[in-house]
Amino acid sequence: MSDAANSPDAAAHAPGFALSDRMSRIGAMLLRHFYVMRSSWIRVFDLMYWPLLQMVVWGFINTFLATQSSWVLRAGGLLIGAVLLWDVLVRGQFGMTLSLLEEMWSRNFANLFVAPLRPAEYGVALMGLSVIRSLIGVVPSALLAIPLFHYSIFAMGLPLVAFYAVLMMTGWAAGLLISGMLIRFGLAAESFAWASIFLLAPTCGVYYPVATLPGWLQTIAWFLPPTYVFEGMRSVMLQHVFRTDLLVTGVALNLVYIALGLAVFLIAFNRARARGQLLQTGE
Amino acid sequence: MPSMQPAAAPVIDGPVIDVRGLTKRYQNVTAVDDLSFAVPGGQITALLGGNGAGKTTTLSMLLGLLIPTAGRIQIFGEDMLRHRYRVLPRLNFSSPYVDLPHRLTVRENLNVFARLYSLRRPAERIRELADEFDFAPLLGRKTGALSSGQKTRVALAKALLNRPELLLLDEPTASLDPDTADWVRSYLERYARETNASILLASHNMAEVERLAADVLMMKAGRIVDRGAPAELIARYGRRTLEDVFLDIARDRRHPAEAAQ
Repeated sequence: MSDAANSPDAAAHAPGFALSDRMSRIGAMLLRHFYVMRSSWIRVFDLMYWPLLQMVVWGFINTFLATQSSWVLRAGGLLIGAVLLWDVLVRGQFGMTLSLLEEMWSRNFANLFVAPLRPAEYGVALMGLSVIRSLIGVVPSALLAIPLFHYSIFAMGLPLVAFYAVLMMTGWAAGLLISGMLIRFGLAAESFAWASIFLLAPTCGVYYPVATLPGWLQTIAWFLPPTYVFEGMRSVMLQHVFRTDLLVTGVALNLVYIALGLAVFLIAFNRARARGQLLQTGE
Repeated sequence: MPSMQPAAAPVIDGPVIDVRGLTKRYQNVTAVDDLSFAVPGGQITALLGGNGAGKTTTLSMLLGLLIPTAGRIQIFGEDMLRHRYRVLPRLNFSSPYVDLPHRLTVRENLNVFARLYSLRRPAERIRELADEFDFAPLLGRKTGALSSGQKTRVALAKALLNRPELLLLDEPTASLDPDTADWVRSYLERYARETNASILLASHNMAEVERLAADVLMMKAGRIVDRGAPAELIARYGRRTLEDVFLDIARDRRHPAEAAQ
């Protein structure tokens, strides 16, 4: 065996800074979580379970309301589309924080951060994992909705890609904020990781137009990027108009929240280093 | 042992580790108090002290896991606080207090870390280490299902994946039976000798320190209270073993030289 060929860039002149090294480290983190998923079918099933259940419940509600309400009748599957997109957001955030929680549960932080893994590379890996977990969670529900309720979210076409992207960005922003809290407060903040995203549900008009909300809550709603997605979805499904103004505003707000989330994450990471919490991330 | 050969002979002018005025305070508690020491290349150095002496805190600061309150750390001539990522690929670490993910198999864990260290042929390196540490039959087993001794061997293999020029070890033979512990110590001795790597180990296992370390930093209450080769320390305190020296220091017995004054 040639040792030089098998040596890490550690032994070369520019240790760990080449693009291939960065990709190798991001790939390592993706691989680590692929191994976890591969080893436990129940974890993969868990990713799909709630979206499936939600889709079925809202599917029947949609079917019932279509007989009672002309608003729902005008766009078949309006509520199913809403619940599927809502799950994109939820699974996107969960996908990010669950990956971090896995490291905390296994007390693996110190090993990771004495390796040349940079926080930014770790963040990119978490974003990738969030995309993978959201697709595993939502695509089966979306496919099942076709035979079950004769509704295909894929019929939205390109706007669906835009809605998915905006919701994933919000999921990342929320994921970064919550990850920062987890690093700073440890597993004491775990319940926050599961519950906090649901604070957005009543406010961002998932199942009803924002105009339904009281005035003061509408003001808050327009500061939330998912509001623009759900309003945009209703515009596509009811008026058959894709509103780029809503999309642009949603993306712009997301960029602000991602920057905020990143700042919180990095501050929390450095605080954790100052307090020695990277060594004590278990219970 | 082909895998022990250094990938490139380290060229280091001056000490591998150079610490000046290192201090860590948590509110009113001073865990490490104005520590200064240097570790030369190619040598095994030990941090020896009782519980709470500041050994693990010192290692954590050297690794960059913990930010010091004050002081300077240079490793391979690089400022560890500013250029940590230039240094990390060249060192590695193992501690019984840090786990590898239990749900992953041994092979999967080592594969992930091999990629974190950008090894070009991870499978070959893993096979070599598995053979050397005698856990090849365990490669397919979940890490959580291993005995504590097996976990320690796998953790050491993880620490050697990138053939580090500097190895930081916290109680490297904790949980090992005497036979395996002896084997690990022989391995570390050989590794340091054949690769010219430096090893800094934190331990309160006197036999281990006496056998492995060329230089011992005796720590108490976050400070280095004495320093020297094991034989020098034993002679200086007029004792028969390093354990007796440790007890003298731990129990605040006066230094024989002072007692004579």
